[in-house]
Amino acid sequence: MERPFAITLDVGSSLANKTGAWRDERPVYVDRMPPCNAGCPAGENIQGWLYHAEAGDYEEAWRVIVKDNPFPAVVGRVCYHPCTEVCNRAQVDEAVGINNVERFLGDEAITRGWTPQGPEGHSGKRVLVVGAGPSGLAAAYHLAMMGHEVLIRDAGPLPGGMMRFGIPAYRLPRDVLDAEIERILALGVTLQCDSKVTDIQQAMREGEFDAAFLAVGAHIGKRAYIPAGEAAHMLDAVSLLRGMESGERPLLGRRVVIYGGGDTAMDAARTARRLGASDAIVVYRRDRDRMPAHDFEVQEALEEGVVMKWLTTIRSAGEGTLVLERMELDDTGFPQPTGELEELAADSVVLALGQEADLSLLDGVPGLEIEDGVVKVGVDMMTGHPGIFAGGDMVPAERTVTVGLGHGKKAARHIDAWLRGEHLGQPPKHETAGLEMLNTWYYSDAPRALVPRLDAVRRQSTFSEVQLGLDEENALFEARRCLSCGNCFECDNCYGLCPDNAVIKLEPGKRYEIDYDYCKGCGICAEECPCGAIQMEPEPT
Amino acid sequence: MATRPIKFYQVGSHAAGNRLLDPSLRSLQSDPNRSNAITKGHRACQGCGEALGARYAIDAAMRATGGQLIAANATGCLEVFSTPYPESSWQLPWLHSLFGNAPAVASGIAAALKAKGRSEVRVIGQGGDGGTVDIGMACLSGMFERNDDVLYICYDNEAYMNTGVQRSGSTPPAARTMTTQAVGPQPGNPFGQGKNVPQIAMAHEIPYVATATVAEPRDLEAKVEQAMSIRGARYIHVLVTCPLGWASASGDTIKVARLAKETGLFPVFEARDGVLSAVSKIRRQEPVEEYLALQGRYRHLFKPTRQEDVIARIQARADRNIERYGLL
Repeated sequence: MERPFAITLDVGSSLANKTGAWRDERPVYVDRMPPCNAGCPAGENIQGWLYHAEAGDYEEAWRVIVKDNPFPAVVGRVCYHPCTEVCNRAQVDEAVGINNVERFLGDEAITRGWTPQGPEGHSGKRVLVVGAGPSGLAAAYHLAMMGHEVLIRDAGPLPGGMMRFGIPAYRLPRDVLDAEIERILALGVTLQCDSKVTDIQQAMREGEFDAAFLAVGAHIGKRAYIPAGEAAHMLDAVSLLRGMESGERPLLGRRVVIYGGGDTAMDAARTARRLGASDAIVVYRRDRDRMPAHDFEVQEALEEGVVMKWLTTIRSAGEGTLVLERMELDDTGFPQPTGELEELAADSVVLALGQEADLSLLDGVPGLEIEDGVVKVGVDMMTGHPGIFAGGDMVPAERTVTVGLGHGKKAARHIDAWLRGEHLGQPPKHETAGLEMLNTWYYSDAPRALVPRLDAVRRQSTFSEVQLGLDEENALFEARRCLSCGNCFECDNCYGLCPDNAVIKLEPGKRYEIDYDYCKGCGICAEECPCGAIQMEPEPT
Repeated sequence: MATRPIKFYQVGSHAAGNRLLDPSLRSLQSDPNRSNAITKGHRACQGCGEALGARYAIDAAMRATGGQLIAANATGCLEVFSTPYPESSWQLPWLHSLFGNAPAVASGIAAALKAKGRSEVRVIGQGGDGGTVDIGMACLSGMFERNDDVLYICYDNEAYMNTGVQRSGSTPPAARTMTTQAVGPQPGNPFGQGKNVPQIAMAHEIPYVATATVAEPRDLEAKVEQAMSIRGARYIHVLVTCPLGWASASGDTIKVARLAKETGLFPVFEARDGVLSAVSKIRRQEPVEEYLALQGRYRHLFKPTRQEDVIARIQARADRNIERYGLL
């Protein structure tokens, strides 16, 4: 080739120079565990469904939820949302209102009639589920989705368990509950109500079931010994709440004392106010900080005019009056009597001291162990008796709807494996994406969208729902506040900020790839990734 | 309830792009079809801010001119790492002559294009702070004074990095270089020296002057686009982190440049016809220490003993910028 004067070489491209050889560390795309997912008792992929909600694809978001949890509309209302307590955004401004978005998606699904895709085939196996509460219904749902035939038997007149007979309608409207249960039954799950199982082994034999999942709950209100005159009107909170559902309106009188400090006590006090009690007084032996009730329940109860008497116990009950004793906390935080007494006028006393499970159906089952009134289960939710699994309030765990749903899902997966003669291992957990792994510079400041609430006056007299929902605009806003901790959301920062053009942008939804032929391993992409989805690893030698 | 418009909070405008954002609102650097004016395989150090800043700027200029662009490059890192004979990373017509004459070469190209009636082809001159602030100053001032139709871009990494980190007229006070060692009663570069080229450019009353940092591609892209919409002499001064000369971690390139702006040490602004027309406000103000502590060239301010008075003098410089340009 003819070259100009003094030019001896042809023009070349720097592409011949593979600068990847310089690298001693390499960036690697990772998916870390967002704290919300790690904190969800139902095992939801929260970041995963918010990703779709952010794009306005609510149906896809809902489909991601129902892979893990068939009750988004219920849980969006009644869950105590431990996810928001661990949300990284809480340390930036305010936690993402995950439960509010979930409720919006759940309600959208009901309005628009979205249904999950049913099972692809049938396994030919039959599973008996005892109890149509959250745990039992969740297990039935997941088992049905895996192609098993499921029969649910429940002792009560209607399905839902504590979702119906424990949670007041002002927190969970029944049409919402019915719609989500109906969707499970539409998958071909058979439900028998008023069909109490008294002997599990017999029931399994007669129905030719291959496995059973027990989730009978804990429905018996605990009693406390209180010396009481005959005229004293005492009842327990579980019966009160159940009575509301079956149409009885218990006569409580004008002055109602609720004994206990848990969520059930708050529900009972708020129900008493709605039934017309002018005074609903919660008597609890420890102080507010040590109250087991969740903060917002206490707050909402106070707003509705419920009065709290902390550090107090009931010594005795007579007609129309109670004798109370003031307590003091000792160094260990345990309440000790002081001997200081006072009288309190009360027309009735509601005991909200916790619940026990009726486990008589388990009598004589070999291998099965009961301890402290609950059934022992392994990590696979199986009892000591092969083929009988258990979950929900009748096993040792926190007693909430969401924990129950988580048990149902977990048990279903293990039952499915067990029916195939397999054992499900524990997949390795991803590293949790802490705030220190995020680069929050790239996120704008955005305070949380407020949830409208019902007027205080209407809350004291009706059972209308207290917490109202987000509209679409607010739900989208809220979903977009998600930081997507530990999971790429395609912000193009790695691609845009690489000095060596060594990040390849793939099709939308497919994220990126590193061109290791040229990546020098500077680490800018990892440092500037907003959500901590790139990790620097030592170069393999 | 009061209404409020929905914004893209996940990324706002701070990341390069976002799958949810309309493509026209994303930065050019997020575009899979960007021109990649400096292609891969160049020999810049790991985490080089100059390679990155030059790509932002030239990609934006390529888009603004539809690829009708010629660049004249001063001697310096940018020239050496991109074009070791006979290889080149450049994806546009590109010339290198001498260290000090890049503005004059660019003026010459512009004059030739004018003579040929090729007004659609635009000209960029570019170089580091050595070629711009020191050696090319006379040619640059002449280009400004004649109002030649050239956009000159200075990628300022605050010393002669290519030849081994010697001090330049742009090296900040107290910074250690090979020629301003961290020894003696006043270690590092002395206070009260050096020059401010954006202000010098403004004094020429040329149509457009702007500053930017490598931390904000959108900002730089917008300024290049603005500059290409104007005829006459234009000047953009881009602060680019140098992990080698500043002794900062290669992964911290963006962070260091961001802090230069957020501390107020490097004011980001635009000026029209010699008058300040817009400033980029500080978003999360930080003390200068946050910026200094990331860089080994300031290590002597913290070890073995903390030089409180020197840090305070640097903070005073930042505070003066904040007041002078209204950065808060």
